[in-house]
Amino acid sequence: MSLPATTDSSLLERAPLILRDWLTGLLPGPARWAANGLIKIVAILAVFGLLFAFLTLAERKILGRVQNRPGPNRTGWFGLLQPFADGIKMLTKEDIVPRAADPVLHFLAPVALIAFSLLTFSVIPYGRFLLPVDMDASVLFFFAIGAATELSVFMAGWSSHNKYALFAAMRALAQLISYELPLLLSVVPVVLAAGTLSTAGVVAAQSGWKWGFVPHWHVFTPWGAAAFAIFMVSALAESNRSPFDLPEAESELIAGHLTEYSGFKYALFFMAEYFAMCALSGMAVTLFLGGWHAPLPQLEFIPSYAWFSVKLLALLSGFMWVRATLPRLRIDQLTRLAWKFLVPLALINLGTAAFWSLTIAWAGPLQPLRWAVSLALVAGPFLLLGRRLSTGLGPRTYRYA
Amino acid sequence: MLGTGLLQGLAVTARNLVGSYHDPKRFVTTQYPEQRTKLPEAYRNFPFLVSESADDLMGTLRCVACQICEKECPPQCIYIEKSKDKKPDANGKMQVYPAVFDIDTAVCMSCQICVEVCPFDAIKMDQVFEIAATDRFSALLLDRDALAKPNTYYHSLHPIDAAEVDDRLATARKAAAAKAAPKPAAAPPQPPVAPSAQAPKPAA
Repeated sequence: MSLPATTDSSLLERAPLILRDWLTGLLPGPARWAANGLIKIVAILAVFGLLFAFLTLAERKILGRVQNRPGPNRTGWFGLLQPFADGIKMLTKEDIVPRAADPVLHFLAPVALIAFSLLTFSVIPYGRFLLPVDMDASVLFFFAIGAATELSVFMAGWSSHNKYALFAAMRALAQLISYELPLLLSVVPVVLAAGTLSTAGVVAAQSGWKWGFVPHWHVFTPWGAAAFAIFMVSALAESNRSPFDLPEAESELIAGHLTEYSGFKYALFFMAEYFAMCALSGMAVTLFLGGWHAPLPQLEFIPSYAWFSVKLLALLSGFMWVRATLPRLRIDQLTRLAWKFLVPLALINLGTAAFWSLTIAWAGPLQPLRWAVSLALVAGPFLLLGRRLSTGLGPRTYRYA
Repeated sequence: MLGTGLLQGLAVTARNLVGSYHDPKRFVTTQYPEQRTKLPEAYRNFPFLVSESADDLMGTLRCVACQICEKECPPQCIYIEKSKDKKPDANGKMQVYPAVFDIDTAVCMSCQICVEVCPFDAIKMDQVFEIAATDRFSALLLDRDALAKPNTYYHSLHPIDAAEVDDRLATARKAAAAKAAPKPAAAPPQPPVAPSAQAPKPAA
């Protein structure tokens, strides 16, 4: 999949490329290739590092407002310097390694985690010309690397030589592997519809508008809406976010696999959590929300990376909204939700997507029938499985409490 | 249907988020060192000694060093030494006065029992809560000079109670003056009502 030609786009759209070419143009010929790669790495590190810093602030502000308090507002204007104050605090803290811990693994766990999290950023198309690494199987690459973060969580739990950390790591593994399945199954229909495993190809498949104003985004199809919902629920669990934040459930497991971590290693774990959240949101934008495409043809003068950022930030604030609202699930509720609800729904959704792509030629009066069948295939199993999910399980009575 | 409860919860938090920007009833936080809320009148933390006049705090203390509060204080944080000489008290009667009156605020538990047992309305609860100190021994041990505050300050804290106390003292003073005119005998101020001894006996 080759990127489109760069000549017929606006100046603003090409601005990052122009800046890059100007920078690499200062170097001698043989160094330009390496510099091109380095610039991508530096850009990802800078943009997502800053995004992480201000996401922590935004999260605290939003959580505060939801709880009717102002949130951090003492450091700088509106508390804007708070992330940097926190960073300095984390850097100056003592780095404690328990005597019984495996020092090498204990050190490697946060490093591996942050490395895997950063790798996932490499295949997301941020704009029309902004795709760091263009691969044929980049969707597959993304989820393979994403699954490798589970290894780091278990490394952290195992090497700490602490029973809480180990318990939490086991729970984290159970959770992450459970939700890996619905996450991947919700992506399969997209691959089916787009006919490609490349993220650039998936975005290209969502270009254009029906009747001039309804974008061809996957989320506006019955199977796409269902897959998007399943993907977002699984993404919440995959990034250890509330209400699925069991691995670091403070009230039950001290701090989970982070119990024996302090100082900047601890900050690295948090950074990786936010990176995973950003990467999964970016992937959701790419797969379901049309990637960098503008929602209306009249709005195409706004550069594509701005549209991507808007969609990404919208999804991230959704994550925060959910965190501000929902209480934490129990481990049995968590796995039941994955295995008894999300996995069957995702499997049925695969059939819906197959039906949708087989009936692509239906027109005229058959078109409403196509929508009705697809919607029934989405809503029916949701209602039936949703009713069965909690029968016989509640409300709980506490006879001896 | 599955999910409706989740949506209701999300609606509640969204209402809070939006409401905190335009509804002062939702957004109740005050920025403490710069802004201050009015303390509720019933708020109390440590006791202070009431003086009649702001110009002569030590000379017009209502306290007559009867030491009831010292004896009743549950954590024993009050220390009183009586004076050797006598001064006229609020009613013009010659009384001893506290030569030393210390309250260890590190020990005080703000129970207000000293206030309730005082027959002279001489000790009341203060509302000063910014009591951070660099020395935890001497700085938290408040002496007579630190404790004495004028009656006008008591009025500013508890206007209704203070007016009632002033009325009571004025009538006592008038009665004392009236009695003093025909025969020299001063009526002591009204002692507080003793805790009721007629509590119903528990059923057998």
